[in-house]
Amino acid sequence: MDVILTAEGELVTAALSGEIDHHGAGEIRQRIDELVQRAEPKELILDFRDVTFMDSSGIGLVMGRYRLVQSFGGTLCLRNVSAPLKKVMKLAGLDRIARMEDTRPGQKL
Amino acid sequence: MKPVNEMKLVIPSRSSNESFARAAVAAFIAPLDPTIGELADIKTAVSEAVTNCIVHAYRDDLGKIYIQAKILEQGRVVIRIRDTGCGIADVKKAMEPLYTTCTTGERAGLGFAVMQSFMDKLRVTSHPDRGTTVTMEKRILSKGA
Repeated sequence: MDVILTAEGELVTAALSGEIDHHGAGEIRQRIDELVQRAEPKELILDFRDVTFMDSSGIGLVMGRYRLVQSFGGTLCLRNVSAPLKKVMKLAGLDRIARMEDTRPGQKL
Repeated sequence: MKPVNEMKLVIPSRSSNESFARAAVAAFIAPLDPTIGELADIKTAVSEAVTNCIVHAYRDDLGKIYIQAKILEQGRVVIRIRDTGCGIADVKKAMEPLYTTCTTGERAGLGFAVMQSFMDKLRVTSHPDRGTTVTMEKRILSKGA
């Protein structure tokens, strides 16, 4: 798995890709946190468009980032979450703590 | 019931093997022609069980993870994931959603909850210091049935 980070104005976007599991989650988490702690954005967007698999390690990843942005009053957005990923996220109620949005053409929430 | 097909896999408890384990099981059940959703359910459940072996059973050392999968009649898939690690003293407690003994990482404590809700059946047997066996079953409803 990998992440491409961009900071723009009051937004930080983390475009995740590949498979999110326990093996890769730690490094991704560190890389996101480094930038988010420095930038303290109004909103952190986690983009799952290129994520092909996610287990409950992804829940930990989202929950941890949620707590981090909350600590300085920011919000979290989960973008382009495919149906199988949404199933994992809903189990933990992540759709209730973050804004869900979809920017893929022809996709509805 | 006589299996239509079966496989066994033994891997060391390295976290890099999490993706290999779920990919191997996915390849094994591919002839049943599962839907994207069914395949994701099984891969996710396998990933949770294997991660539990790595993070909990063999927390301080390297051990072996034994994966067995069977395809039975009518698209029934049975997957058994076994370790000979530290075992679970209270299985009922361990299976409670959000319960985790992991303090170092960001484990959500939802591994068993995922296995339970993504598979049709889940059975966990464990003996302290002897290891844990997770047996899961799911019926693949598409063409293979």
